Amino acid sequence: MTELPDIWSYLSSEPLAWLTATLVAYLIGDWCAQTTGRGPLANPVLIAVILLGTVLVLTDTPYQTYFEGAQFVHFMLGPVTVALAVPLYQNRALVRKSFFPMAGALLAGSLTAILSALFIAKAMGVSGAELISLAPKSTTAPIAIGIAENMGGLPTLTAVLVILTGIIGAITVTPIMNAMRITDWRARGFAVGVAAHGIGTARAFHVNQTAGTFAGIGMGLNALLTAVITPYILTNILGGTP
Amino acid sequence: MIAHVALLLALQLVGEVITRALGLPIPGPVLGMALLLALLFARPTLVDQIAPTTSELLKHLSLLFVPAGVGIITHLDRLAESGLGLIAALILSTWAALIVGAWTFIGLAKLSGSKP
Repeated sequence: MTELPDIWSYLSSEPLAWLTATLVAYLIGDWCAQTTGRGPLANPVLIAVILLGTVLVLTDTPYQTYFEGAQFVHFMLGPVTVALAVPLYQNRALVRKSFFPMAGALLAGSLTAILSALFIAKAMGVSGAELISLAPKSTTAPIAIGIAENMGGLPTLTAVLVILTGIIGAITVTPIMNAMRITDWRARGFAVGVAAHGIGTARAFHVNQTAGTFAGIGMGLNALLTAVITPYILTNILGGTP
Repeated sequence: MIAHVALLLALQLVGEVITRALGLPIPGPVLGMALLLALLFARPTLVDQIAPTTSELLKHLSLLFVPAGVGIITHLDRLAESGLGLIAALILSTWAALIVGAWTFIGLAKLSGSKP
């Protein structure tokens, strides 16, 4: 019979265990979200991250070891970003019909997200690579990580900030929009897609189909806009040495 | 299905090669998305073939953020140090972007007579 430590050393050196753990943790998170009627706090990503993070810390497993398994899931972000062109194309009539509100809300929402984050963080003493890592946090992970890498930020910190932003947006969008008495599902969805990317979009789809569609468009357009304007903002507005 | 995934990967690859070769600031997958959009406008029949695959992939979008999110464990001490500023910036700027975005949308929809 194989000794328990041998089994553990096999499991901890192969990608299989952590890949499986990632999918199972997500299923648990999704199950929690479903059984609580998709309440905003029961966010599947948040639950999965807390579960996996706790297991890694308790078993003293380095993140690099975990990522060797989880990278197969992470890798899919690239092709899935390309796939975003399909809903964008399918909704082209909708995009054309709401062109002005969307163009304005995209520019206003995207600039607000980047500039307010940079100024608040700078005022609270954040600087250097951490500030650069923060700038693209409202756009979807693969794009934000690409921007951070190009501009001298910390890609893994950017990934964490992006996901926290998505979770904050997904949890708070419903109470905020209700408090502002905004009933137009297009506006609610589009705003959360611009401010809180894929996690906000996933939340919008659970609340309302129209909101989800507009969130997806907002996320896709903001991916393009953030990629173009963030390098400009970082080098010009913050004077090159944030 | 495999052909569609291959198309997505090929477009991402072309995007990566072009952005690297020309030193563009935009990430490869974003250029890949723009290329797929152009391809769909050029060949509209493609959308019905590829849509089942892409909507299945997009359904599980939140799962794909989990591996990067777990990376928080490598930044726990950094977050303990300058975490307050970063968290305050995340929360306040996300709320500001939500409010400004939604209001701008509503205002411009009224101005341009765009109804839901």
